[in-house]
Amino acid sequence: MSALESFLEGTIRTATPLAFAALGETIVERSGLINIGLEGVVIAGALGGLVAAGYGGGGVWGGIAGAGMSGVLIAAIFVLFVIRLRADQIITGTALTLLSLGLTATLYRVIFGASGSLGIPTMETVRIPVLSSIPVIGSALFAQPPVTYLLYAIIPLLWWWMFRTHAGLALRAAGEDPLAAVAAGIPARKIQGWAILFGGFMGGVAGGILVVAQAGTFAEGMSSGRGFIAIAIVVLGRWHPVGTAIAATIFAAASALQYLFQAMGWILPYQVFLALPYVLTLLGLAGIAGRVTAPAGLGRRITGAEI
Amino acid sequence: MSEYVLFSDALVRSTPLILTGLAVALAFRAGIFNIGAEGQFLVGAAASTALGVRWGPSFGTAIIPLALLASMAAGAVWAGIAAELKRRFHVLEIISTIMLNFIAIHLISFLVRGPLQEPTHIYPQTTSIPLTAQLPVIAPGTRLHLGFLLTIAIACALAWLLRHTAAGFRIRATGAGPTAAASAGMIDVAKVSRRVFLLSGSLAGLAGGIEVSGVTFALYENISPGYGYTAIAVALIAGLSPVGVIVSGIFFGVLETGATGLQRDFGIPAATATVIEALLVLLALALNQLRGSRSLQFSKPATT
Repeated sequence: MSALESFLEGTIRTATPLAFAALGETIVERSGLINIGLEGVVIAGALGGLVAAGYGGGGVWGGIAGAGMSGVLIAAIFVLFVIRLRADQIITGTALTLLSLGLTATLYRVIFGASGSLGIPTMETVRIPVLSSIPVIGSALFAQPPVTYLLYAIIPLLWWWMFRTHAGLALRAAGEDPLAAVAAGIPARKIQGWAILFGGFMGGVAGGILVVAQAGTFAEGMSSGRGFIAIAIVVLGRWHPVGTAIAATIFAAASALQYLFQAMGWILPYQVFLALPYVLTLLGLAGIAGRVTAPAGLGRRITGAEI
Repeated sequence: MSEYVLFSDALVRSTPLILTGLAVALAFRAGIFNIGAEGQFLVGAAASTALGVRWGPSFGTAIIPLALLASMAAGAVWAGIAAELKRRFHVLEIISTIMLNFIAIHLISFLVRGPLQEPTHIYPQTTSIPLTAQLPVIAPGTRLHLGFLLTIAIACALAWLLRHTAAGFRIRATGAGPTAAASAGMIDVAKVSRRVFLLSGSLAGLAGGIEVSGVTFALYENISPGYGYTAIAVALIAGLSPVGVIVSGIFFGVLETGATGLQRDFGIPAATATVIEALLVLLALALNQLRGSRSLQFSKPATT
């Protein structure tokens, strides 16, 4: 494989879990909420994926499903606090990230002992005939684990759902102005609750992919900020499913640049490459200033008996 | 180990938790979500190490205040990036401070393997700062250093600032929302926010400086076991009150020191302490909501 091909392959591999988490968060934020606990959701998905795939004997797809459900569990706590008790979303999300990072580290040690788990067989790469033989980009895009192809299908589906169905319209209405939405007969809080659970499933799957399709094992804190990054990606992607997918790919490309530069013989401290995606994210966020509009009700507190 | 040494160890651990907790509490009081205490702590630790290693030998004990001031400046600069991004480009500080935390981690990794690495170039850490650059121990036979007293003094000063000064009033009014700030008089919300953000960063940076000058004496990659994140729990449990932060900081210090001991002696995972901290925050949040109190509500209301 040439340096360019391994760079492209690395980009798609890194982008896949990020895009899953960010697409889920796109739905959450379109409903008017921010789930800062996404980092916790992702790490819960990672451990849930390992347990379901290895311990539970579910295989790779059982692992992905288990990962999604673990994410839903964390998201359900968010729903309880933010939707039911109307607690502050930022504090709830922060607490959930702490809780999940600590809980997964503890449970991993309790279940697998100090020596850790054995590796599990990971999801195999499936080459799509014809498409994978396209020069340069073919093998990067079409010689991936099937879960990446699932992602390709989800992106247009989400776009269609958000912009071409009544349910999608209701979601966006809740995010723009929950009070007006309720006045128009749209159950805004219920929609927000389901959006959070969906975001939890997608974030959990993202964590599951890290384990089931990539590392083959779990490590404490292996989400390493991907949940937080996904939240930034949603902004960069302008709260649009296609934009989010593109932003995830750009971020992943920045992360994968090191493969390309190493091959070209550039001598730079490797920490520069590790920090680069975060620097680019900050620059990107500053660059799109004034040119994007967040859902008007984003991050607003839910008040009043009417909703 | 005697209880005396054990408790002093807990106070040593609580020192950075209290200072970063104060940084978070102050920012949250003004309505700024500074999630970046971790990164500000790290650059503060790096700045004070650099000064201590480079000029420690020639400046004697005078390097201690200089190193601590440098750590505050570094923390303020790191927070200043997020403050500027917010002011000029409306970048949410929740996102920018988290990104800056990751950049700080890689910056430290670069420093301890590059320009600041110890002379033999074997270990990813700096040389130790000279004895004269280290904070004096205040309780004989323990590791408890002057930084703890300094931290308590800063907490008391902050409490006084918030309660009894015009600046404190402006901070509280800014946190209550733009409408409240406007009705409270001529308050330049943007200016107050920026200053609070910088002060918050300098407190977290100072925590890093004190940790190097009083405990680790050198810089290495995992110098912070997530103080800046635990700080959020410390500040919230304290209801964002500076004096409360002292109490919750010491409590968390005891909890984490105890958990480390339990892992060593009984194999109970130290991460259990994080679980307990998070559950306490959720408990405080639930009780707060059920009582109908608004003291842990920061998001703007969804009214049109």
